[in-house]
Amino acid sequence: MNLALNLASDALLVIGALFTLVGGIGLLRLPDVFTRLHGAGITDTLGAGAILLGLALAAGWSLLLGKLLLLLAILALLNPSASHALARAARHGIRRPWLDNPKI
Amino acid sequence: MLRYALILFFVLCGAWLLLSGHWTVLLLSLGIASVLLVVLCAKRLGILDAEGLPLRLLPGLARYAPWLAGQIVSASVDVARRIVDPRLPISPSIIHVDAGQRSAVGRVSYANSITLTPGTISLDVADNQIEVHALTDDAAEELTQGEMARRVCSMEDE
Repeated sequence: MNLALNLASDALLVIGALFTLVGGIGLLRLPDVFTRLHGAGITDTLGAGAILLGLALAAGWSLLLGKLLLLLAILALLNPSASHALARAARHGIRRPWLDNPKI
Repeated sequence: MLRYALILFFVLCGAWLLLSGHWTVLLLSLGIASVLLVVLCAKRLGILDAEGLPLRLLPGLARYAPWLAGQIVSASVDVARRIVDPRLPISPSIIHVDAGQRSAVGRVSYANSITLTPGTISLDVADNQIEVHALTDDAAEELTQGEMARRVCSMEDE
């Protein structure tokens, strides 16, 4: 049981690290601020989420588990707000989005 | 009003106990003092209402959150695959989707769900429409089909 828990925790940590890395690569490869936000989105939803869940599994039944779950809930509320603020500022600023359908 | 003040009081007390973990008289009385101060600030800000504490959404959220988590995982995998693809197969577009939710909280939940899912970001909300930047045609297509909108609506109606 303990071994299974440890393995699941390790697997989630590795998955989180991989997605965080891919999100970083996305930041470098994607062409403009809007598309880069999608790359950053992977980092802070699945990347951070999987790492936090992995840590929660490793924490066991303790106060730490509650804190990690609270952090997960806070992230779920904060991430979209921050991303939206950035995207909205870019949209209403001087940034022209790099589009496939540039009619808009 | 008093009801929401009491609920906020207990939620904040729970948060303090969870984050502190110390049961000494000094720290507990400091906690009570801060909680009372925050409740007082919330009262003066006028946010002690159904919108400030959307408790009504909680039962629906319990059913919606797992579905959203699944969507986030599958969308993340799709976007990640495109990022590491040497050809970088993206087709960014800006689309408008209807946000027919009854309350402002419902529309915010929908817009935030769109942003939380990799591949789509909500840019702006106006006249019950959300302006969305989509990374790919597939993501835009899936959003226009409106499954997420329906699920947010049913969460709101519960």
